[in-house]
Amino acid sequence: MLNYDCVIVGGGPAGLAAAKTASENKASVLLIERSGKLGGILNQCIHDGFGLTRFKEKLSGPEYAYKEEERLKGTDVVVTLFTFVTSIEKTERGFTITYVSQTGVTHVTCTSLILATGCRERTSRQVAIHGTNPAGVMTAGQAQYYINILGKMPVKKCVILGSGDIGLIMARRITLEGGKVEGVYELKPTPSGLTRNIAQCLTDYDIPLYLSHTITRVYGADRLEAVEIHQVDDHFNVIPDTKRIVKCDSLILSVGLIPENELSKSLDIPMNNRTKGPSVDQEFMCLVDNVFTCGNAMHVNDLADYVSESGEIAGRNAALSKKAKRDLLEVNSDNNFAYIVPNYIDFNKKIDDVIFYFRSRDEFKNKRLKIYQNGEVIFKKVYANLKPPEMEKIIISLKQKGELTFKLEDM
Amino acid sequence: MKEYTCIVCPNGCHLTYDEKTDIVTGNKCPRGVEYARSEYHHPVRSVCSTVKTTVKGYPVISVRTKGDIDKNKIFDLMKEINKIVITDYLTIGTVVMKNALNSGVDVITTTDMVKGD
Repeated sequence: MLNYDCVIVGGGPAGLAAAKTASENKASVLLIERSGKLGGILNQCIHDGFGLTRFKEKLSGPEYAYKEEERLKGTDVVVTLFTFVTSIEKTERGFTITYVSQTGVTHVTCTSLILATGCRERTSRQVAIHGTNPAGVMTAGQAQYYINILGKMPVKKCVILGSGDIGLIMARRITLEGGKVEGVYELKPTPSGLTRNIAQCLTDYDIPLYLSHTITRVYGADRLEAVEIHQVDDHFNVIPDTKRIVKCDSLILSVGLIPENELSKSLDIPMNNRTKGPSVDQEFMCLVDNVFTCGNAMHVNDLADYVSESGEIAGRNAALSKKAKRDLLEVNSDNNFAYIVPNYIDFNKKIDDVIFYFRSRDEFKNKRLKIYQNGEVIFKKVYANLKPPEMEKIIISLKQKGELTFKLEDM
Repeated sequence: MKEYTCIVCPNGCHLTYDEKTDIVTGNKCPRGVEYARSEYHHPVRSVCSTVKTTVKGYPVISVRTKGDIDKNKIFDLMKEINKIVITDYLTIGTVVMKNALNSGVDVITTTDMVKGD
């Protein structure tokens, strides 16, 4: 049985970056990718705007993936494509991974494991819509795959439910390819996607965005024929006399992403209720020793640049990981936060230059972030604007042991 | 006074442009000033799309403008892009349309086509 220092599951931007830094830090690395191409979902994200921080230029998804793949050249990283992990078992010395590839079933062992499995889109099964079950109801990512990879238009006239970034990007893409987007409907009173995507994908093409609206029913036997739309109140309850029927052949869902963690479950890795990914410390090690996670498997990021950054951290730490007893304290917050990553600090590890990513729960103006430790304020920062779709990042050097509490206070 | 959302980076700054004084406010960086002025006088955009190929395994490949073109020429450009058919393996960054619509901007591939894919 082959043994590696580090096995990485998932060859998207998180896994690619992790493979690079793990290898740089002298680990033998096996990078496992399910599809026939590295780069993950970036390959179908043909729009530009990637890499502004990481590469200081505006790249499309495939170009970003290409650059990341190029960085692996000259390293000893072993890549296996068309490879699907079927099980992971914890052993006394590390992990045994079973995978299926073009050469059959293989078992390998490793000391540390990085789960870089990305995220999944929520589907129509996860948003309650009444009515029939016709063709033409698809996620934004599916529509993206049809158009950008297969070169097929799945849509003539569509309605988009949810204002997530991929939905906005697809509104523009469908319009450019001659399809009609009747409107984007968002349940919440604020958009889910980045402000600039509202501007460059909807406003530029006169596509209306209806906030506090939802789709309540679909019509059509074989193919979607129409959708029923209602306005909702502050508690997301449908307002009865606001019913509207819109004829369309497709309904595109952009209703959120969830970290993909089927494999984490088999290792009984404790999950975080807020990020929906595994709970991690500042090295992005899960609460099961020597299992790391990064990218969208850890929490859903809004920029690939952050995904790569977290991959680098996980890769480096997986390579350098030593067996040591952990001294974990949870990172607490008031209820103005959607989440904070890392969820724990391990005070037996390096505590300077700790990266924190966080999202606010609501849109806020003029708030002061204060971080408390042992009754003292150890960090302050003023935010003129905080929006849930826009993740914030701070770097803090901790000086001593003690539970951290994040608070957003009025100015 | 005109109001714009800056699309240069993910910050998405809310810009205000005073056309009388040429002053931009609300920007966190100098690119916002440039963007607001351009948006008022001569709005431009980059365009990303796909072109057809006859190469096995690649029904389409991704392309983009290597720079910005006039915002009001986007659909004209899309018509031209959709006429292109690629017949051989191309490396990433290959020009598939030179000087698109006389804009001085080329359209380039953004995928590396690999034999045996």
